[in-house]
Amino acid sequence: MTINTMAKGGWHRDQMSCFRKMEKVIVAMQDPDMGMKMRNQRLLITVIPHAMTGRDIIDWLMKKNNICEEESLHISGLLVRYGYIYPLKEPRSLVLRPDESPYRFQTPYFWTSTRWPASELDYAIYLAKKNIRKQGELMEYEKERYSVLHKRINHTWDFVVMQAREQLRASKQRRKADRIVLECQEQAYWLINRPPPGARNVLDMGLERPNNTARVTLNSEHYKNEIDTCKRALGRNRVKSSICLEGFMKYSEQYQNHDPIMQGCLPSNPWISDDSAHWTMNLETVPTPTRLRVERWSFSFMELLNDVMGRREFMTYLEKEFSGENLAFWQACEDIKHGESSRIVEKVEEIYRNFLAPGAPRWVNIDSKTMDKTLSGIRHPHRFVMEDAQMHIYFLIKKDSYPRYLKSDLYKNMLAKGIVPQETKKSVFPFMRRQRHSSPSPAQVATQATEDGGNAKGAGQAGTNSAAGSNV
Amino acid sequence: MAAEKAEMDVLKKECDGLRTQIEAARKGVNDGNMATAAGSATDVGRVQLKLRKSLKGHLAKIYSMHWASDSRSMVSASQDGKLLVWDSHTGNKLVAVPLKSAWVMSVAFAPSGNLVASGGLDNMCTVYNIKAASPKTLRELDAHTGYLSCARFLSDSEILTASGDTTCCLWDLETGKQKIVFTNHIGDCMSLALSPDENTFVSGACDSLAKLWDLREGTCKQTFSGHTSDINAIQFFPNGKAFVTGSDDCACKMYDLRSDQEVITYQDASLNAGVTSLTLSNSGRLIFAGYDDFNCHIWDSLKGEKVGVLSGHDNRVSCTGVPADGMGVCTGSWDSFLKLWN
Repeated sequence: MTINTMAKGGWHRDQMSCFRKMEKVIVAMQDPDMGMKMRNQRLLITVIPHAMTGRDIIDWLMKKNNICEEESLHISGLLVRYGYIYPLKEPRSLVLRPDESPYRFQTPYFWTSTRWPASELDYAIYLAKKNIRKQGELMEYEKERYSVLHKRINHTWDFVVMQAREQLRASKQRRKADRIVLECQEQAYWLINRPPPGARNVLDMGLERPNNTARVTLNSEHYKNEIDTCKRALGRNRVKSSICLEGFMKYSEQYQNHDPIMQGCLPSNPWISDDSAHWTMNLETVPTPTRLRVERWSFSFMELLNDVMGRREFMTYLEKEFSGENLAFWQACEDIKHGESSRIVEKVEEIYRNFLAPGAPRWVNIDSKTMDKTLSGIRHPHRFVMEDAQMHIYFLIKKDSYPRYLKSDLYKNMLAKGIVPQETKKSVFPFMRRQRHSSPSPAQVATQATEDGGNAKGAGQAGTNSAAGSNV
Repeated sequence: MAAEKAEMDVLKKECDGLRTQIEAARKGVNDGNMATAAGSATDVGRVQLKLRKSLKGHLAKIYSMHWASDSRSMVSASQDGKLLVWDSHTGNKLVAVPLKSAWVMSVAFAPSGNLVASGGLDNMCTVYNIKAASPKTLRELDAHTGYLSCARFLSDSEILTASGDTTCCLWDLETGKQKIVFTNHIGDCMSLALSPDENTFVSGACDSLAKLWDLREGTCKQTFSGHTSDINAIQFFPNGKAFVTGSDDCACKMYDLRSDQEVITYQDASLNAGVTSLTLSNSGRLIFAGYDDFNCHIWDSLKGEKVGVLSGHDNRVSCTGVPADGMGVCTGSWDSFLKLWN
């Protein structure tokens, strides 16, 4: 039963933290004074000492940590799935049944964190023992793995068989009860570390990422490219940090009221109240937009343009000023940039006809340099042929028409008309309100309990009212 | 041989020289730090989000999820070989797309809502039309020589992918061909994020670098270093002027594009697990980062403090996402569940 630890420093730190937490719970459970009361359980004709029932585990966790049954089931389920507690009946089914089913604590020798990763050698010895003990006791998948191992570590096979025989001999000299216990513990360990096919492997760490340098050859070609990239990067415009950081602050502040996670939203958050009124009010096109939405149009030009209704309103304003062709031009250019490649040529032609040709019906005013560049580019149309012209018009509208729009009556009326929804009352059925957040940390509860003994119990009871989850 | 090596050494030296110059230029504009700038911001306090829904349906690890632009539907991918499109409000499954290859690592929703894309160890990005009577494969984009780690649609005709072969690629969906290949990383590209104006994107890779790319020219505009291990997740700050990265070195960092440098690190001595995914709330104030320790921790992006935690998963949190209307957060995990919180 000696199991070698393989990677001595190669422990994956990410699994460690949850194991340490689980081990704290386990140790508390086995505390001689405050821990669980264990009794003997009968397994067929043998009596197993120091065992407990699933029900006991759940009750103890509920009482000690002041949590509801659902949470207790969840935690104890984790303890079983990670091998800290194992079932005596139906050992292959790693679930915690809240009834009279017997469970035992796994010995620290076999804790997942103590000896991980499990070595092939130890697994081979284990399977060999099973094979020798009773011919044909191995399950189908174990037989397969056995023969695979036999091929892979054939050179040490004599050692494997010898160890297996030795361990079996040693175990025969133990009392039957102890022998069964050890066998159960070992079996539980291997069920976690070498799960049967189909069972979830809780120790799965995901894909091994290949060595970095293996993919790209660091030759002169690579360095020449690097130099070009660095030169380009060096030449970038840089803005003072203080200004940039101010920018983030302002942005967060400005959008705080528009961030439902921070401030909630009206009439109610559909995820909480199950009432989708908020979504209906904020569809792409509604008869009257909400006040918040119209407010956002004033935050930046892009906000206005990105909102279908905003764009429409702005277009109405521009038409009044006889400068609607600018926005129409911008939209047509966007369409080319993001649309199908097959239609680029026809779209470019249409733009030329409508906006750029001399005497065009919706002629846009671009400076001559950009116009010349664009016209020559049109001869070989591609996705970004209108980019310069589009940028020119964009900045024109942004600097000129946009600020005036925000000061216009049209916009101000829109803002005034904007809906500010009434907050709908909270759910009418207080009994069905579910306590979905997990309970406060036991440390907090302990101090609370000493201050006010009755309060803690009350919280626990409210918790147990919750129906079995809002599961779908 | 010796001549070649000599040449390489000269080039390497020039490279290093340029990099030092870049660092100096960055220092030159660094006249403030986030801590002082954020001093005047109101405290966020303790952020306690409640679990609103738990979506069950997948039978194996969930690797990726993405919200649709209508903020109600979302798509999730699991290694049970299925893509599921959910209505987050009712919790119903709208569409189930069976995958040819079960080893999926990434999924994306097109802004139009008509298409979804997925890919993984099959090195391909497959695009499906989910508005058809039954989901139809529209395109199989097959040119990467490594696994597909991330995909994002620009529109119904263009898609951007990041791959374990260290390149990112812009594809034309009409022809199914590569338009631009972005090469510069020397490690597997793990994640990418599109800027709000769709002119640039950033990518994070196993070489611990984040790079900013110009979508039109296909060139790398800037490289950001600072992490000491693989960058797994990357997202833009909503104003498009900064981005946040999450890495296996257990830290998240925010990099500012205008001052061209790292502005703040989100790190805590007690957090000893790698970051697998991250997303930001609409105002950019809160960062939701999923970790290997089965939790999703919430950071105040401006003050750099941990302000909350979302606990409830039984295995690592592999993906997180906030919908466009910012209603809440969705976390997906290797325990096969998706949870919605706000």
